[in-house]
Amino acid sequence: MTGERLTRWGLRYFALAYLALLLIIPLGYMMIETFKDGIQPVLDSITEPDSIAALKLTLLTVVIAVPLNTIFGIACALLLVRSNMRGKSIINALIDMPFAISPIVVGLSLVLVYGQNGWFGQDLAAMGIQVIFSTPGIVLAVIFVSLPFVAREVVPVLQEVGDDQEKAAETLGSGPWNTFWRITLPAIRWGVSYGVVLTTARALGEFGAVSVVSGKISGQTETLPLYVQKQFETFQSVGAYTSSLILAVLALATLLAMNLMRRKENHE
Amino acid sequence: MTAAKNHTEVENGIEVIDVSKQFGDFEALKDVNLSVPDGSMTALLGPSGSGKSTLLRAIAGLENPSQGKIFISGEDQTGKPVRSRNVGFVFQHYAAFKHMTVFENIAFGPKVRKWPKQKIKDRVNELIELVQLNGLGKRYPSQLSGGQRQRMALARALAVEPTVLLLDEPFGALDAKVRKDLRTWLRRLHDEVHVTTIFVTHDQEEAMDIAEQIVVMNEGQIEQTGSATELYDEPVNDFVMGFVGEVNSIGGRLVRPHDTQVFPNEVEDSTRVEVDRIVRLGFSGRIEMLTDPDKREIWAQLTRSELETLNLEPGSPAWVKPAPDAVTREDTGALEAAVTAESPATDKPTPSMPGLPV
Repeated sequence: MTGERLTRWGLRYFALAYLALLLIIPLGYMMIETFKDGIQPVLDSITEPDSIAALKLTLLTVVIAVPLNTIFGIACALLLVRSNMRGKSIINALIDMPFAISPIVVGLSLVLVYGQNGWFGQDLAAMGIQVIFSTPGIVLAVIFVSLPFVAREVVPVLQEVGDDQEKAAETLGSGPWNTFWRITLPAIRWGVSYGVVLTTARALGEFGAVSVVSGKISGQTETLPLYVQKQFETFQSVGAYTSSLILAVLALATLLAMNLMRRKENHE
Repeated sequence: MTAAKNHTEVENGIEVIDVSKQFGDFEALKDVNLSVPDGSMTALLGPSGSGKSTLLRAIAGLENPSQGKIFISGEDQTGKPVRSRNVGFVFQHYAAFKHMTVFENIAFGPKVRKWPKQKIKDRVNELIELVQLNGLGKRYPSQLSGGQRQRMALARALAVEPTVLLLDEPFGALDAKVRKDLRTWLRRLHDEVHVTTIFVTHDQEEAMDIAEQIVVMNEGQIEQTGSATELYDEPVNDFVMGFVGEVNSIGGRLVRPHDTQVFPNEVEDSTRVEVDRIVRLGFSGRIEMLTDPDKREIWAQLTRSELETLNLEPGSPAWVKPAPDAVTREDTGALEAAVTAESPATDKPTPSMPGLPV
């Protein structure tokens, strides 16, 4: 009995201490450091043109990458779970690639293909499209690294739900499109929204792949994480902390939004 | 009932012609032919893996037959997608739309068909009343009992006034009491609505209780089609005989327990057994016996006076043989093969069979 209690309390404190050391203390300390000299320096660094540009670019990549990966992820999950297509296992393995490969490698491979000396680079340049060291490259890199989340969240949900409801809708005269919107999507919505939260978090925070393809031109091709690093390296700690805090707040807001949606639905 | 009115014009029911279905190497259906009269209630009865569900799904269009044709009301359905067949299908596990209320579930089909709002409302309310879910329209499926969920699924299937109603083990997931109530209720509903109905079941009592026509299936083929009485009194083979009633295997032949005669001494053409247990159930009773030497269980149903006249004790020898006018069939082992093929972890009632305790 006492042994059992000891283990339970031990585990509890261990988990709390672990989280505190790794998460709560560093983040809390960062917050204190940010507001060390009052609110004015914080406001100044937020309104800095480069900071605003970085925030805008980050939000732009999120706005492009998240919907694209959501659609792709749902389609992929449906293909993997509901179809009898050959080559499913290959797709299944490929989806996980972005998890397995280091983001730096992703960035480098994008440079190889789309860079000035890459396969498509010259043709694209001839058309006036610059991918590497420009916004399209950053968006591509972000899409690549955040690709698997939605599919990975939705696949188990689809399996769990089964296809009974879809079949029932079919017998009631519903076409594939109507069935998807009215039956499948509502049934997997929590898997999708969790996938979206993870995709958003990753898209907001991606550093490695983006840093290779971006060229880090302040005010132009610098995302918020890159901006944080530059501020940090040039000893502008308030700027670095402030931008970090913005990133953290954005991620938390996404999580919170999902939880609120969920809670609202449960009350209905 | 308005639903009944819409089905009286239909000329004929369902015709299944030479339908086969392969899943890889497995032949789920082999040259199946079946006609279901318009407005009738038919049961597809058989053990698991006999192809009964596959046949039902083929009629609905949920499976595409490898060959053969299916007609509903004289119209060829082959190759037609499920959604244009106008069938009502009820799934074993309800397939309720969990994110919709009872009302929305039932309104789904009419909405897909773009009925006017008021018509949908009237139809749904009519059905809610028909399946006795009054006042539960705003509930979600998770707030209903199993029986209520299945009635909702039935109302949903009936909402679009289907030409045929197909039910796949509709009561299989319910407990025994609810199952019995629901099947009586389904029978009464059918008498009101008159829609041609096929339901799949592995429970011979359920089939005999409510179906006018019973189709006994085994290994992808139809063994026999007929009324409950026909199947019981004139089974075409040992499989049907064993599947629609209790049987003993005596001397290589199947015989029903009430046709099994027991003697205290050896008589002509009798088989020697050992009395295992004597059970007295008021007016009637039974003697449970073990065959010699393979110890298979058989039993005889007797009246109390017969039991007393015999005056047997557990452990004493006895001799059995079929009554002179008894229905018997040669025991080919088909029944045993089919029933042992079923998964052992099933809680479904399996038909009584030779060699197993009844």
